[in-house]
Amino acid sequence: MTSAALRSRAWKLLEMVTTPLLPSDYLDLVSPLRAGADLRGRIEAVHPETGDAATIVIRPGRGWRGHTAGQYVRIGVDVDGVRLWRAYSITSPTNRQDGRVTITVKAIPDGKVSNHLVRRAKPGMLIQLNQPTGDFVLPQAKPAKVLYLTAGSGITPVMGMLRDIEFDDVVMVHCAPQPQDVIFRNELHDLVADKKLRLTEVHTDTDGMLDIARLDELVPDWAERETWACGPAGLLDAAEKHWADHGVQERLHTERFRPSIVVAGDGGEVTFSATGKTVDADGATPLLDIGEEAGVLMPSGCRMGICFGCVTPLKAGAVRDLRTGEITAAEPGVLIQTCVSAAAGPCDIER
Amino acid sequence: MTAIDPAAHLTAEQIEELGRELDAIRDEVIAGRGEKDAAYIRKVISAQRKLELVSRGVLLFSIFPPAWLLGTAGLSVAKIMDNMEIGHNVLHGQWDWMRDPKIHSTTWEWDHVSPSEQWRHSHNELHHTYTNVIGKDNDLGYGIMRVDEDQKWHPFHLGQPLWNFLNACFFEYGIAAYDLELGKNLHKRRRKNPEFRARAKAVGRKIRKQVLKDYVIHPLLSGPSFLTTLAATFTANLVRNIWSHSVIMCGHFPEGVQVFERRSIKGETRGQWYLRQMMGSANISGSKAMHFMTGNLSHQIEHHLFPDLPSNRYAEVAVKVRALFEKYELEYVTGPLPKQVFSAWHKVFRLSLPNKKPKVKTPDREQELVAA
Ligand code: FES
Repeated sequence: MTSAALRSRAWKLLEMVTTPLLPSDYLDLVSPLRAGADLRGRIEAVHPETGDAATIVIRPGRGWRGHTAGQYVRIGVDVDGVRLWRAYSITSPTNRQDGRVTITVKAIPDGKVSNHLVRRAKPGMLIQLNQPTGDFVLPQAKPAKVLYLTAGSGITPVMGMLRDIEFDDVVMVHCAPQPQDVIFRNELHDLVADKKLRLTEVHTDTDGMLDIARLDELVPDWAERETWACGPAGLLDAAEKHWADHGVQERLHTERFRPSIVVAGDGGEVTFSATGKTVDADGATPLLDIGEEAGVLMPSGCRMGICFGCVTPLKAGAVRDLRTGEITAAEPGVLIQTCVSAAAGPCDIER
Repeated sequence: MTAIDPAAHLTAEQIEELGRELDAIRDEVIAGRGEKDAAYIRKVISAQRKLELVSRGVLLFSIFPPAWLLGTAGLSVAKIMDNMEIGHNVLHGQWDWMRDPKIHSTTWEWDHVSPSEQWRHSHNELHHTYTNVIGKDNDLGYGIMRVDEDQKWHPFHLGQPLWNFLNACFFEYGIAAYDLELGKNLHKRRRKNPEFRARAKAVGRKIRKQVLKDYVIHPLLSGPSFLTTLAATFTANLVRNIWSHSVIMCGHFPEGVQVFERRSIKGETRGQWYLRQMMGSANISGSKAMHFMTGNLSHQIEHHLFPDLPSNRYAEVAVKVRALFEKYELEYVTGPLPKQVFSAWHKVFRLSLPNKKPKVKTPDREQELVAA
């Protein structure tokens, strides 16, 4: 018998020993980060970055597959006893020797998870992890010239890139309300001092919002640069239009953190058929919230439409995408993102 | 439906006001749920698992009598914790708000021969909705016993003290049969129903796994302690069964608990639903350890009012609920475990015989007769 077959036999026997639980239920008590366990991480340190941002150092479980610079990770954190999932960009380089990864979190007003992580996270805390994911990454071939266009916490995936690979010619335009709000400011200025980066800080409290037309003056050769942009929707919309107007849209890579939610009408009776619950929903509340309010176990992640951690079959009826207003009707195999979909009339969600 | 309605002095408005006051108690707990509660259930689960592990470990040496005693006691307590404070309450969805898929009513499986899902249906949906409604709530005597004067007597009931004793010893099997509605489903036609067959199969699978674990695998692992381990697991299951049966009998059977007629729940308002739970349940008084070992079902009244509130909150809720009982002049049926168990058993014996004297007709029944 091969050793793999032996192992699987031994595991089957263990399952009989622990039924109705699984062996892992017991192993989790002593070794939550072991190989083969559900992916988790342990917070090992919390370093303040600015008044409202902090870098969290995480030791991921043995099953962690590693990331590519620019990717994000979904983490599940228990806030006031409730497990909430959010996505954060990874800010550590891919070749970090100690196996830890970092995320850098900015506390947003009323943000349950971000405030919890920035102000209450302590070394030793366990969090749930998913494998890193995302397409906002550098290409295989090194571009000659690079532009990073970022605002606020949009700098986090870009920092992961900056720390990962050195390019010959890198320009960064970063927007933040005031100098002290610039996350990683010291490190950025060190890079500038070492001539590894040219940096323009736009302080929006004094300079006003960045007018994308100013790029010609700030980075005259912007159109020749492979550009990665991350920040609020307004900035990205303007950038996409600007790049498209100049016919160079293929050089622009964007990452959106927050959908601009349009208020939709309608709503209707939502049935969660697997659970057998039926509730009334308005046309503006995400079905994820509706389900959670009704006590249905809903998978979720970023809660803003980027991670697809919340996709669920739509069995009947129609839903409206809160970002675009687009209507999706039920068909076999149709999955919807419950975090950015609202009821457009009665519908049936398989949960 | 007993001759004297103990809530007859309440007006419809008072009953609705009572409902609002209970809603307020509930809202307060829900708003206050948090980290401490989550830490509580995690701690209990972890303690239960460790206790079971250690006890089973000790039983490997159960050929030595002290190890047998220690291991059997530990395993009995672990099984009781698993069924009562953890299983019953998790399966009620009391901890669903944590959104932890490992401690969720839809994923939990317990150390019991009735599969969680079937139990959730018969217990959460049927029993908790139709508490103490004759003909609707099968928990009332579990369909094999007569527990109220208004139920028709049948010679079969002469044996009910014996049925009840056997049911106590093999309670988990009784529950599994009850969840399957075995009595009703044993007719030829129903037996062939594919839905019933699937459920019966699931029960069979669960029984096989449970029996294999307790009576084959663990004894085998014990080697020379095979027989003593077998005896230990049998004893632990027996202890757990008798204990949970006793606790559950105390919830709805003691004297002073009301039962209701089918038609009395037609168009029931929220206030009336609450009132029925209040009058249809009974508590067990005692120490913190007692509440814990009963899975807080010693607070049966509070549990029936708010089946989905975390069990660790029932004690504080009970103070407020009891004040409402006083305010509305209702009887809060409670007492120490031996007294309540005796009361329930007494009823089982008494009702195994036909009613002593013809039942007094309630006035509204007379009216019905006149109208007819
Ligand atoms: S949770 Fe991210 S797409 Fe819904």
